[in-house]
Amino acid sequence: MRTPIAYFLLLAGVLFALGIVGVLVNRNALRIFMSVELQLNAVNLTLVAFARLRNDLGGQVLAFFSMVVAAAEVVVGLAIIVSIYRRRRSVDVDEVRELRW
Amino acid sequence: MVGHTAGALWVIPALPLAVSVVNLFVGKRLGRWSGIIATVAVAASFAVAVAVVLDLVSAPAEQRLEVQHLFDWIVSGGFAVGADLQLDALSATMILVITGVGSLIHLYAIGYMAQDPRRGRFFAYLNLFVFFMLMLVLAGNYLLLYLGWEGVGLCSYLLIGFWFDRVENAEAAKKAFITTRIGDTLMLVGLAVLVFRFGTLNFETIFGSAGSVLTRDAATVISLLLLAGAIGKSAQIPLHVWLPDAMAGPTPVSALIHAATMVTAGVYLVIRSHVLFELSGTALTVVLVIGVMTTLFAATCALAQYDIKRVLAYSTVSQLGYMFMAVGMRAYGVAMFFLVAHACYKALLFLGAGSVIHGMHDDQDLRRMGGLRRAMPITFVTMTIAALSQAGIPVLAGFYAKDALLEVAQRTDRTAVYVLGTVAAFLTALYLGRMLFLTFFGAARSDAAEHAHESPAIMWIPLAVLAVGAVGAGLAIQTSPEGTLSAFLEPVVGAVPLGEGMALAALITIAVIVAVAALALAWLVYGSGRVDPFALRERLEPMATAAERGWYVDRAYDVAIVQPLKAFARLTGDVVDTRIIDGAVNGVGGIVKRVAAGGRLVQTGAVRTYALVLFAGVVVVLGFIGVRA
Repeated sequence: MRTPIAYFLLLAGVLFALGIVGVLVNRNALRIFMSVELQLNAVNLTLVAFARLRNDLGGQVLAFFSMVVAAAEVVVGLAIIVSIYRRRRSVDVDEVRELRW
Repeated sequence: MVGHTAGALWVIPALPLAVSVVNLFVGKRLGRWSGIIATVAVAASFAVAVAVVLDLVSAPAEQRLEVQHLFDWIVSGGFAVGADLQLDALSATMILVITGVGSLIHLYAIGYMAQDPRRGRFFAYLNLFVFFMLMLVLAGNYLLLYLGWEGVGLCSYLLIGFWFDRVENAEAAKKAFITTRIGDTLMLVGLAVLVFRFGTLNFETIFGSAGSVLTRDAATVISLLLLAGAIGKSAQIPLHVWLPDAMAGPTPVSALIHAATMVTAGVYLVIRSHVLFELSGTALTVVLVIGVMTTLFAATCALAQYDIKRVLAYSTVSQLGYMFMAVGMRAYGVAMFFLVAHACYKALLFLGAGSVIHGMHDDQDLRRMGGLRRAMPITFVTMTIAALSQAGIPVLAGFYAKDALLEVAQRTDRTAVYVLGTVAAFLTALYLGRMLFLTFFGAARSDAAEHAHESPAIMWIPLAVLAVGAVGAGLAIQTSPEGTLSAFLEPVVGAVPLGEGMALAALITIAVIVAVAALALAWLVYGSGRVDPFALRERLEPMATAAERGWYVDRAYDVAIVQPLKAFARLTGDVVDTRIIDGAVNGVGGIVKRVAAGGRLVQTGAVRTYALVLFAGVVVVLGFIGVRA
């Protein structure tokens, strides 16, 4: 017997909520980053679960795309975080407020 | 008409135009040759004009019309205007005056402008003027006439302001241009009405079908609009104010443009459009009234001027008033002879005045002249002839012109016109006598007058030729209202209306007594030495100064029109434009700026705030979708 779709969605929802909370409460850029990854993975899990339910590979393909794009984004994001760290010896996002009015 | 000169019509205006272009571009390098080629061009035009007119005269009277279609000028749907030249008795008379008197004045100008470094430019303008004037009178439709009309206005402006380094000259040029523009604008409206009514501007079509197309009122409206243009160009009341100031130009310009030719364009226009004016009737009465008013008004002004050229300017305005009077009485032949005679004696008076000014080293004030007849005998004799001619001494040209006019007035039962015309004739002889005695008689009243010298031959030869015209024009072409010229013009403009009235001998006797009495009075006051004219003038104040200032018409226009317009311009410029229109534009910009200044504070730069707002936004959107579903 197959695992019901509800379990997958429940897990994805919990992961996504954890991600949101992580983004909102952390000040360390790296941890915010990891929380964003958590949200992404929650969405990927939903995609794959529905692909299995509908016997449609399209969902899995989309999950792959999402992972690839996330990887590329991580590269850029980490590079920015590294350069911020080199300048300020800190990755606290509340201190980095140059891009305002 | 097909003669052996058919097709040569275009040469007449083309010659001065071509030389004008040459002088415009290389006149500076031509030196004194610029004046010579300009004079030759106009003289050649005169020769061609004589040949063409002789050809015209050789044809039977009813076939005296030559039309030359040069090219299609404007073709727009059913409306077409061609560059058509048209020669009939009326334009033939005009082109002979323009090129004949014009070439004499050009010759004179060679001497008069000899010292001017910009004479190449001067002759370019002068030739251009001749071209436009010829186009004006040769035009076969109203639009081509209007082209010439505006062209001569432009040349008038350029030549009045020829010595533009003096502010008064530039101001006078502007005044002449703008004042005539008032009339020209109304005239253009008149042309628009003509297009609206007839669908064409061709003289032949319009005059041929006017009776069936136009109602009396429509004809009145069109005639009065055209008349407005004529009033501006011919310096009639109420647009006469520009001509006295136009004397700022070089004297040959005053002689050619502001005495002999351009200012008579208004007379020509009314005669050319006589079909419309007669259809209206009212319009002719207006012409007559304006003519009488202007004649008397300007004659009083001329009496009080001290600038010799301003005397002649007001005299010209007054004489143009006489021509309008003749036109207003349908005596077109009389008006045209008046025009021809006036072109001779007034051009001569101006050129003589120029000669005096030349001899006086550019002093134009009658108060500093006196006794010049010994130093300048030729100028003295020729100017005296011209003045006597204009004053109406028998057998001279001016006598026949004025006498014919007064005869028509008397014999068509216009007693008021006759009396007022005679009064004006008295004033005319009086101011001319005053000018002559102050200039040439008595003792010299300044060093310049004592050391004055006669002008060179190139300047007095034209004087002598014009003097022949001023003497003999009447005997040659018109000795009565129904003389040779009137008969020549009759197929075009109709016969001069004449009824019964006083005997001719009585009319002549009255006219001669009036002229001689006026000259005698002038001699008594200004020539006999028994009266001090300057003390007499003191006793006539403030009338004398008022007349000298043209009865303060300029000041009245300034107060009534110019200043209110300037105030209105300041209102629209400084208040409406800068405050209201600019204020609205700047206000909108200011509001956007202030909103943006507040709005950009939303961008805090705090990443977590953005994240929170983003999350809240997603929740709101999802919540909204959930509620809708």
